[in-house]
Amino acid sequence: MKTLRMVIVAVGGQGNLLASKVLGEAALIEGVEVRMSEIHGMAQRGGVVESAIVFGDASSSIISDGEADILLGFEPAETLRAIGRCSAHTKVITNTATLPPFTVGIGKGAYPGVDEIKRVLKAKTAGLVAIDAMALARKAGSPMSVNIVLLGALIQTGALGFSKENVKEAIKRRIKPGLLEMNLNAFDLGFEAAASSIA
Amino acid sequence: MHKLLKDSPGEKIMLLGNEAIARGAVEAGVAFATTYPGTPSSEVSLNLFQMSRESDLYFEYSTNEKVALEVAAAAANSGLRTFCMMKHVGLNVAADPLMTLAYIGVTAGMVILTADDPAMFSSQNEQDNRYYAKFGHLPMFEPSCVAEAKEMIKAAFELSETLKQPVLLRTTTRINHSNAFVTFGDIKERKTKGRFERDPMRCVTVPAVARGLHVKLVERMDKAAGMSESSEFNFVTGQGAWGVVANGVSYHYALDAVKDLGIESKVRILRPGFSNPLPKDKIKAFLGSCEKVLVIEEGEPFMEEAVKAFAQEAGLVIPIQGKAEGLFTPLGEFHPAMVREKIAAFFGIDYTPAPKMETSDVPDIANRPPNLCSGCSHRATFYAIKKAAEGLDVIHPSDIGCYTLGFMPPLSVGDFVVCMGGSVSTSCGFSKSTDQKVVSVIGDSTFFHSGITGLVNAVFNRHNFTLVILENGITAMTGHQPHPGVDMELMGMSGYGRVDIENLVKALGVAHVSVIKPFKVKKSIETLKEAMAFDGVSVVISKEPCILWAKSIKLKKPRAFEVTDKCKDHKDCINGIACPSFYIEAGRVKIDADTCVGCALCAQICPENAIRPLK
Repeated sequence: MKTLRMVIVAVGGQGNLLASKVLGEAALIEGVEVRMSEIHGMAQRGGVVESAIVFGDASSSIISDGEADILLGFEPAETLRAIGRCSAHTKVITNTATLPPFTVGIGKGAYPGVDEIKRVLKAKTAGLVAIDAMALARKAGSPMSVNIVLLGALIQTGALGFSKENVKEAIKRRIKPGLLEMNLNAFDLGFEAAASSIA
Repeated sequence: MHKLLKDSPGEKIMLLGNEAIARGAVEAGVAFATTYPGTPSSEVSLNLFQMSRESDLYFEYSTNEKVALEVAAAAANSGLRTFCMMKHVGLNVAADPLMTLAYIGVTAGMVILTADDPAMFSSQNEQDNRYYAKFGHLPMFEPSCVAEAKEMIKAAFELSETLKQPVLLRTTTRINHSNAFVTFGDIKERKTKGRFERDPMRCVTVPAVARGLHVKLVERMDKAAGMSESSEFNFVTGQGAWGVVANGVSYHYALDAVKDLGIESKVRILRPGFSNPLPKDKIKAFLGSCEKVLVIEEGEPFMEEAVKAFAQEAGLVIPIQGKAEGLFTPLGEFHPAMVREKIAAFFGIDYTPAPKMETSDVPDIANRPPNLCSGCSHRATFYAIKKAAEGLDVIHPSDIGCYTLGFMPPLSVGDFVVCMGGSVSTSCGFSKSTDQKVVSVIGDSTFFHSGITGLVNAVFNRHNFTLVILENGITAMTGHQPHPGVDMELMGMSGYGRVDIENLVKALGVAHVSVIKPFKVKKSIETLKEAMAFDGVSVVISKEPCILWAKSIKLKKPRAFEVTDKCKDHKDCINGIACPSFYIEAGRVKIDADTCVGCALCAQICPENAIRPLK
């Protein structure tokens, strides 16, 4: 498979590391080589958490600025902050539910409007899918399933070329049985929402 | 069963680099493992800790890296395969036994992991620990990817046993915290009980003995040099006359770059993985077939200087460069595009990097720095320290842990942070060299690690400061590891002792010792004021469990608070303690009920008593 580079950005606690592991498992099922890199430690105390996933023939496990083929953002302002990872060819999938940084919450920092974020992302990249993954996660049964909702949206776009069935199989392998049904539901909701978002 | 204990050779599984290293140690038959946790090494030890609970593997969280290495040194001299892990700066703490253990050697395989952190994702410096291998005369391995890390640690144990010498395994964060597929191998049987055979002419390093041991150490390293020449980890790929020498993750960036630039037929790459001693003859032969050579390594010019020296010995005058203006820097970490650009520049390839994304018109977004958690006891302690010290000219030496974040406004407790335990000893220095008041903070795990000796110094030399020990009952920053003050019953584990900090501090001779519960704000401020008024060394122990830990073991059930209509918008809460559960909606302060745990710190500082438990 030709190399596909994907960056995931999230706020600590949103479950992007699990999302990465599910995609890694899906790659194994698809027979695609994969390497991933993540940042732990100090960065997890409420900060930004970033994973890089490199699918295919390349042997590096991190992604340089301007070289992500796909950017998956779990929080709209973080998606925009990562715009430097993108080029005009990057496909962007983002959650529109905001988690403003603390300084913004107390009125001491700027936070652009979601419409403005969407406008900029759309203007600078090869396509934007924006869904309210939080609302869908709640609908699926838990705000914790935001990550899987977004995976559903990602797979719907076809940007990765992985089949829906294989990713669902990966979810089954990586998620505890008690939470499986809710997460599979979350995946479907994300998938459907992305379809209507593009239309 | 722990996933890394599965006896299923051939199974392909996705592992974190640190899991792969732990699995490699298990496959190598490791029987004895010690550590002090530190990012990016922590998951190696966490997995071994978990495995030790369901196998006959011995594992311990030692009080610090020096202790960990000494405990391990004894096991490795009793015939047990031994693994000692730490982060790069941890090896500074363990450097004393390291240097002389190299003289003594081992009777069974011993591997020491140093997890370096280029770019300082979670560290106070980005020192390059490859120099320890050279400095201490230790063979060293450096993997370039996750799967290789697992194989290398096995080879490192074999080499250590052959040479009877500890071996360093040096990783960087991008190995430790990368995920990739790994294939399980066979698990070698563990030998879990050894015997120490007296051998004073090897093991008692008085000068007369040590002089002889140094001779033998040099001989062992000569032997290691020969093995490095033929090591499968020191290999060359490609046939061209443009040479690249690259180690660790840089090797993969170089491989990708050469492919992306379409110059595969022109380039040959040497990858030293057994990198101390470097394979001198192999490198000279490599240089002999190159027109020019680019050395690609993060950190210091460790290989570059050696390669240049080898070229001089071989009488070669080809250009060799690495760290230079327009080429590579010793700062931070590398990435694929950087390596591609520098390779193109060095070999004169026509390459124009893709234009950078234009971001000048992207709207401003507030930063999202790490913050103390909602309900973190440190926040309450820092608030009380701030209040108690109001109006005084104070210096706050701080230390390494979550609480280092207290240096940020509005708490601003943290003026000098240098290394583990440094808060106590620098307090000694500040109190003698200035007339300023000194009130320092240290975590409980860090106090055990290396704060105690500084406090003994303070008692003996009659220094004058207040040390606040933040006893949150766990090593929080690195992911909730035990330390000697932890109640192991809370972890569901028996068979451990426990050191009481209050008794310890009193026994050290500290004349003024008090204990506060930081969420009792008024009382805490009063107690701190008394301690600060004491002429001499005073210690205040702030006792409250880490809220993340307390929640995870169900010690505490969150109960959210709310801001009621009584609020008159003083904003003392937001401005004074900056808890991340606050937000402002339509000009009014609100509390996020999903993240508030009900520590009630804000409720106690609200002048209108407007903050109440949510009904």
